[in-house]
Amino acid sequence: MRAAVRLLALGWLFHLKMLSRSAFDGLLGVTWPLFFATIAFFLFRAGGGEQTLLYASLGAAVMGIWSMTSTSAGSALQRERWHGTLELLVAAPANFALILLPLTIAMSTIGAYCLVATLLWGRVLFGIELQVEQPLLFAVSIVAAVVSIGALGFLLAVSFVRYRFAWALGNLFEYPVWLICGFLVPLSLLPGWVRPISWALAPTWGVRAIRESALGGSPLPDVLLCLGLGTAYVLLGVLVLERVLRAARARAVLSLT
Amino acid sequence: MAVIEAHDLRRTYKTSTGTIRRRSLEVEAVRGVDFAVEKGELFGLLGPNGAGKTTTIKMLITLLIPTSGTASVLGYDVVKDARAVRKLIGYVFGGERGVYERLSGYDNLRYFAELYGVPGKRIRPRIEELLELVGLKGREKERVEGYSRGMKQRLHVARGLLHDPPVVFLDEPTIGLDPVGARELRATIASLTEAGKTVLLTTHYMFEADALCDRIAVIAKGEIVAQGTPADLKAGVAEGAVVEVEVFGIPDGTVERVRELDGVRAVGVEERDQAQVLVVQTPADVELTHAILGQLDGASVGRVSRREPTLEDAYVALVGESE
Repeated sequence: MRAAVRLLALGWLFHLKMLSRSAFDGLLGVTWPLFFATIAFFLFRAGGGEQTLLYASLGAAVMGIWSMTSTSAGSALQRERWHGTLELLVAAPANFALILLPLTIAMSTIGAYCLVATLLWGRVLFGIELQVEQPLLFAVSIVAAVVSIGALGFLLAVSFVRYRFAWALGNLFEYPVWLICGFLVPLSLLPGWVRPISWALAPTWGVRAIRESALGGSPLPDVLLCLGLGTAYVLLGVLVLERVLRAARARAVLSLT
Repeated sequence: MAVIEAHDLRRTYKTSTGTIRRRSLEVEAVRGVDFAVEKGELFGLLGPNGAGKTTTIKMLITLLIPTSGTASVLGYDVVKDARAVRKLIGYVFGGERGVYERLSGYDNLRYFAELYGVPGKRIRPRIEELLELVGLKGREKERVEGYSRGMKQRLHVARGLLHDPPVVFLDEPTIGLDPVGARELRATIASLTEAGKTVLLTTHYMFEADALCDRIAVIAKGEIVAQGTPADLKAGVAEGAVVEVEVFGIPDGTVERVRELDGVRAVGVEERDQAQVLVVQTPADVELTHAILGQLDGASVGRVSRREPTLEDAYVALVGESE
């Protein structure tokens, strides 16, 4: 157990260090928050009211975590293939889930930086004040959102191991999740059939928890749902991972780029 | 019990051709390979590009599942007991891939030490030992992207030995290295068996196999065509002779015409500076020099010599027979 926690922590630090040295990810880290803050501002300016603007700004901030994870999870796995390291990771005796999970959580952690940057841009460019009603729960909500979005990225990454073109799926999911999870538009405005999908996605509860804690409300149920779903994604990923790896070894796709 | 065993190991790849009208193809990369490597032995798998060396090694290190046949490492089946096998083996491949370029050599080793389950207290001293062994001491804090090809290769070797595995697989480890770097790496490889490790090495360099390996299996087109000590393999062609003809621009079809001459066992062409050297293997009691020169269509000819066969000639003859 100790060894597993150690591997998770060290893997997270290792990948965080590597991601922070990527010029591409660095550029995204600067431009995306600016873009997201602008969207939030123009969408809600007409609506008026400081609270509405903050509501949008927080949603836009979580968009950063999701976008960074969904697009980077695929490209990171692709990078492991190009560099020939994916085979080495699979050939290592450690449980592959413990190798893959910190990689995607490192990405959503970089996404957390996007959250802070989006809020800062909103403050600097558009004067959106961030007044947090429950700072401690706000911090807990952010951690829950980051971890559970990382767990969703893990589930996506499991498929990237087997299907080398699946990274395109990550990009494909990026925008629909913005809408479905209510980052910008309240869920009540979406068609009824979309809601069950929203409820099954942890970012829905993550953004709700962040908003509730910032604007005043009870974020704890949302935090628990967010973390519960994150745990479910990890369990599902771990359950199918052995089968996915076996299929990848049988079909000889690990070394393909 | 042998340390590494392969029985009738086969591997087929499915691929496809065409864009609109796609057609599925099956390629038999390894076709019934059998061998056994004993404890402390340095065993070479020698063959040309595309012979099935890497596919064989990838099945043994659990990265590929065999289409049929069985293989085991220290008694553990490479399919059923993959995790047990992974704990006992180190894997090093040639080339510049397989490292995290943006991070330092030390970071790379630190990460893999964790993945290979090296106990926390042993990690730092073990990395220090290996840096010393592969000659990277003092450069470990630099980013790998600034390393030379040889340094990256040495980092690979250090990575493969982190958990002190009893069995080491080396897949063309000296490929692309300069002569000095390759010689240093060969010395490191030789020291592995001195330390009691069992090593399986793939290479297409004859002299490397000759210098390092206790036994060699020659693989061509997915099949083992000969197996034995380097001396055994040389003995197979010892009663023959080799005629070497230096030609400046070999005319088209020469190799095929020479191959059809009575008594010719194998024909190869080596590039040497401006010239090509036609290497023809014949029985010792047959003199074919004039007949060979007669097939050159008046091309400019340099030095002509006749000599005894080497391991390389044995290899060319074996691979040539399989074609």
